[in-house]
Amino acid sequence: MSLVNFTTREITCKIVYYGPGRSGKTSNLHYIYGRVPDSRRGRLVSLATQTDRTLFFDFLPIDLGQISGFSTRFQLYTVPGQVYYNATRRLVLQGADGVVFVGDSQARQLDENLESLQNLQSNLLEHGVDIRTIPLVLQYNKQDLPRELILSAADLDDALNFRGVPSFSADALHGKGVFETLKGISELVLKKLAAGTAA
Amino acid sequence: MTSALNPKYSFDTFVVGAANRLAVTAGRTVAENPGAAYNPLFIYSGSGLGKTHLLMAVGHAAKKAAPALNIEYLTLDEYVEAFHAAIAAGQGDAFRRRFQNVDVLLVDDVQFLTNRKEMQSELLRLTEALQVGGHQIVLTSDRPPPEIADLDERLISRLSGGLVVDIGAPDYETRVAILRRKAEERGAKFEPGVLETVAGAESGNVRELMGALNRLVAFQAVNDRSINAETAKQLLGIGSEGADGGKAAAREGAGPGARGPGDEFGDFLADVTVTLGKAVEAWRARVGEAVLRWEGEGYRTRRLEALLERDTPSAVDEVIASFTQDVERLKELEAEVAELDPQAAGQSVFRDPERLGEAEEVATKVRDGAAPPPGPSAAFPLAAYAVGPSNEVAVGAARAVLKQPGKKYNPLVLVGKSGLGKTHLLNAIGLELARGKRAVVACLSTQAFVDELIAAIDGDRVDWWRARYRRATALLLDDIHLIAGKERTQEELFNLFNLLQDKERQLVFTAPAQPHALPGLEERIASRLAGGLVAEITEPDREVKRSVLERLLGQQNASPDPALVDYLADRPAESVRGLVGELQRVVGAAAAQDGPLTAGLAREVLEGQAPRDSRRSAGFRTSGIVVSSLGGIKSREKIVWDWSDVADRVIEEFR
Repeated sequence: MSLVNFTTREITCKIVYYGPGRSGKTSNLHYIYGRVPDSRRGRLVSLATQTDRTLFFDFLPIDLGQISGFSTRFQLYTVPGQVYYNATRRLVLQGADGVVFVGDSQARQLDENLESLQNLQSNLLEHGVDIRTIPLVLQYNKQDLPRELILSAADLDDALNFRGVPSFSADALHGKGVFETLKGISELVLKKLAAGTAA
Repeated sequence: MTSALNPKYSFDTFVVGAANRLAVTAGRTVAENPGAAYNPLFIYSGSGLGKTHLLMAVGHAAKKAAPALNIEYLTLDEYVEAFHAAIAAGQGDAFRRRFQNVDVLLVDDVQFLTNRKEMQSELLRLTEALQVGGHQIVLTSDRPPPEIADLDERLISRLSGGLVVDIGAPDYETRVAILRRKAEERGAKFEPGVLETVAGAESGNVRELMGALNRLVAFQAVNDRSINAETAKQLLGIGSEGADGGKAAAREGAGPGARGPGDEFGDFLADVTVTLGKAVEAWRARVGEAVLRWEGEGYRTRRLEALLERDTPSAVDEVIASFTQDVERLKELEAEVAELDPQAAGQSVFRDPERLGEAEEVATKVRDGAAPPPGPSAAFPLAAYAVGPSNEVAVGAARAVLKQPGKKYNPLVLVGKSGLGKTHLLNAIGLELARGKRAVVACLSTQAFVDELIAAIDGDRVDWWRARYRRATALLLDDIHLIAGKERTQEELFNLFNLLQDKERQLVFTAPAQPHALPGLEERIASRLAGGLVAEITEPDREVKRSVLERLLGQQNASPDPALVDYLADRPAESVRGLVGELQRVVGAAAAQDGPLTAGLAREVLEGQAPRDSRRSAGFRTSGIVVSSLGGIKSREKIVWDWSDVADRVIEEFR
């Protein structure tokens, strides 16, 4: 997909929230949805199971209006985190301009985080995208949980952020760090645009 | 291009009221200290409230305070027009320089920047340059910078960076004051209450106020009676309240876009706006700058413009770099072609990087096709040049020249009387020099040189002619004294001489006498000729004569008679050409007799002794004078011209 269309003067950024199941990807989108004025947002499409687990994906279009003469849209997607929905994940990942990896800060979820991160890399590779070149940020969610249950951001950085991408602590349920993360990924995506090369 | 400041629009004639006091104060401050305070000063107001007046007043006041200041007033449209004209003329840089040197720049009506991306970046550049240089810039518009539609954010921030002031609609008192001032200026008198009535008519626009006043003045003048307040009301259609009340001053105060309910989203939006603004504008600005730069230099920029239209502009910087490279190549080619053929250099292919291939072809063609200057004649090889004491200095110099062309004796001037072999030696040097790699030897007679120049002037190809000779690696001119009196040729030769000598290219000339002894030669040429080596060739010595004779006889028949050679070589000869003439007479005589070439025959022919068995029957008598038929008829011209001495002539005449 084309990130910037100079003829129609449109910018469309597809940002995918990726991560293990129950890490809080949909919570991110819900929080954002709640903060965007009605006129700016589209319908939050969420295909969830009875138990509120994402079955296919969430989709939230946001219209940022005219910026520098470009009508700018962000499309936020989440992928289903469960291991067995890999085909859906790969599909959603197609044409992504940037990826937010939402990690679960709980200490016992560390392996899931690592597995999901590896899964992200291999799925991107299926689309011919090197994870080192695509804009990527990490979010360490659930930092509000009791200290004894979670790993600190520094620990998670050591464990997951071996590529040294921007990382954010978050409490997606209450909104802490959600927009910081979104800003972070937007900046990376738009800066890539500045280099004049579309992914 | 630049409008002159209207002298009527000064601070003195500007009526100050509450609505415009701030703008006037700012204007005065700026006029007193251009560039020091409020830079840029941005004045905005609705139509007809005095923007232009104030702008010109700043210009006048600044000029009054410091008459040396360079002040330019122009409307944006004039600026755009001038810019386009400059671009069309390939003078973009000159245009920029011109405006960057303005001390106080007054630009009116900048709201017309809408939808003019290239002018926006140009104005941005100019504003930056002026600010950096401490020059004042004052702009007016009908709305504040952020409300000018489609204005580059950088420009908005730049324009808002100084002081932005507005001029409001004048209040009642000010309106009365304005009307009184204007009526006074026109010498019109009104009954009390009339102007107050006009002012009372809720007009927010000074220009409309002036229109009303004009109608009253005209009415009074036509009807030759003064009007009262009531008539004025009727005349202007005032009274019916609200007839055109709301029309004036309808400026909506559209505030900045209301922030969304979630502050977080607002922050995010602002953040994205800044990032995107930087990203997109940086990208666009780079291309825009490149387009402006190369367009300004007169190059086609289609490739760069196409970049803006593409969906995914990939590798923008690479495209710009390769474009720049192509332009540089074009410049090189153009410079090269300009030297060879100035007229060909004017072709449009040298201005279009998309046609670089064609440009290369043209250059190749010019390189190959540029007519070389006339070269030396192959009839005068150095090997055939007879050397003896009489010319050994000249020949030695020639050999030195051939060894180190342009370095040792430059110029080399061969001096000697006619027929001593100067032309031969000159051409021989030319032939030898022409053997060098990439050598372009111009070797011709001065007369031909002059004729070529005249033809070039006639055909308007002087540049081409010059270029032709400037290419030469050596210039050899025969009979330089023929340049005497030809002023233009001397001028051209002078320049060519200096140019070639600077580049260490060999110059060789021949002349019948020492340079300073040549009449009609400009001093600067003569001194330059004398500045090299002047090598004299004297009358041929025996050795030279012998070798010339042997060579010529060798061409005639296989074994020249040694006695004949001795005889001829011993005879006095002023020149080689004279010697050759004598030999030809002998050869002619022998041919006529079908006899052998012998010393005896030569003696007979040259000294007038009748040959032993001449065919007298072929001769005839007239008045007792015997006319020899021994080749005399055959080579009449030779005889006339080649009598080498008086003795011969007397004998012939009295024979």
